[in-house]
Amino acid sequence: MAKYLLLKHYRGAPASVNDVPMDQWTPEEISAHVQYMHDFAARLEETGEFVDSQALAPEGTFVRYDGEGRPPVTDGPFAETKDVIAGWMVIDVDSYERAIELAGELSAAPGAGGKPIHEWLEVRTLLAEPPTITDCLFK
Amino acid sequence: MNEALLRSLTPSVLAILVRRGADFAAAEDAVQDALVEAVRVWPADPPRDPKGWLITVAWNRFLDATRADAARRRREDLVDDEPAPGPARALDDTLQLYFLCAHPSLTPSSAVALTLRAVGGLTTRQIAQAYLVPEATMAQRISRAKRTVSGVRFDQPGDVATVLRVLYLVFNEGYSGDVDLAAEAIRLTRQLAAAIDHPEVAGLLALMLLHHARRATRTAPDGSLVPLAEQDRGRWDIKSIAEGVEILQAALARDRLGEFQAQAAIAALHADALTAEETDWVQIVEWYDELARLTDSPVVRLNRAVAVGEADGPRAGLAALAAVDDSLPRHAAVAAYLHERDGDLATAARLYAEAAQKAPNLAERDHLTRQAARLNARRRR
Repeated sequence: MAKYLLLKHYRGAPASVNDVPMDQWTPEEISAHVQYMHDFAARLEETGEFVDSQALAPEGTFVRYDGEGRPPVTDGPFAETKDVIAGWMVIDVDSYERAIELAGELSAAPGAGGKPIHEWLEVRTLLAEPPTITDCLFK
Repeated sequence: MNEALLRSLTPSVLAILVRRGADFAAAEDAVQDALVEAVRVWPADPPRDPKGWLITVAWNRFLDATRADAARRRREDLVDDEPAPGPARALDDTLQLYFLCAHPSLTPSSAVALTLRAVGGLTTRQIAQAYLVPEATMAQRISRAKRTVSGVRFDQPGDVATVLRVLYLVFNEGYSGDVDLAAEAIRLTRQLAAAIDHPEVAGLLALMLLHHARRATRTAPDGSLVPLAEQDRGRWDIKSIAEGVEILQAALARDRLGEFQAQAAIAALHADALTAEETDWVQIVEWYDELARLTDSPVVRLNRAVAVGEADGPRAGLAALAAVDDSLPRHAAVAAYLHERDGDLATAARLYAEAAQKAPNLAERDHLTRQAARLNARRRR
């Protein structure tokens, strides 16, 4: 039992196999893609593995503390930022292998021409609570 | 109202419904409904016979649900077949429920969730909170688990080892929210120990009690981890230790050693030492040898290397560690500790930092980072 983050990038991941920008797809292809994502989340809820799914606006603002009594400094968005997160899904699964399997399925979402995008998704482990007994023998 | 009493009645009430012919999934839903009703009604109107009350209400709920179903005919058969209430076979039935909820066809997370609900009497919401997943997800996980075991015959003997693994996971994992999972695991293991005479059940119960006794001292008020050697032993729960040791001794006397008894023996040796320096590491190494013989687990060999380092010196510990797969979680942390004891602070600091990168949880990562920082600061002086 562990939670994993399936991370989708706007920028920063290697190029997909079916690498066509979404605004070049047909409206039907976009609908099919959105439907696939909904169905995928619904299926994970059904299997008892779904935790969370969120999408992010591409542009972010950088903020930092600027000293006592001063408002925070803001900057950006930076067009040159290499890594831009598009969204994520959090899953709670029995094994790392299962997390990889599900990420593979999510990456098969249809894109241009109705063909799978083969998008690169990043799988990250969420840090858990410390166990009571550290010499657990079943892992 | 005593919630513990209410929840302790859950498995026998559920088992009685199943014995009367209700299918497991529907019976489990009906018992949950009855528990909710009890929480609502009992404070103002406590029943004279709590168990009888629960059985009646749960059975009626089951009949209502069945009536709503197309299976009307089946219900009528059931009503006709309803046996006269006699002495409940609570112990055997409870045991069957444990077997069913830990059935090998279930994944570990499903078995854990089903056990907490059907045997523990927790609500889906409580279980969802304990494992930080949405309630809808947990509800699906539980109902799938119930479907998976629906074809299993209720009177089929099960494997105690699978039940013990599930209870061990409940004790060891999950989040401290509304429900104290460690205490719940102890309660369920105690109940199992009352239903079946088995040295490994006793071994697991002893193991839990001995670890639970140290719980208050395992973390500092700021949430940081306190290693065993630095824990305030005066705050260990002596009552829990005494009970764990007594249960363990009775189990060991039966000469049917298993992995939980061996783990509990190691925990007992730690509990027995008034100071960290008084720990009997030689005996602990011997128990790790037993454990390695029983399980052949790489995790055991890793922990054995620590014990060897304490018993025979860090060089011996490092030699024992050399035979352990270095891709194991916590391998770098063990190596760092042994190198520090051996006086090689530079290597130790590097390995602590490496171990922090691989730590499976935040508290451990912070602890390991602090160890690296401590050594780096000392080397700069």
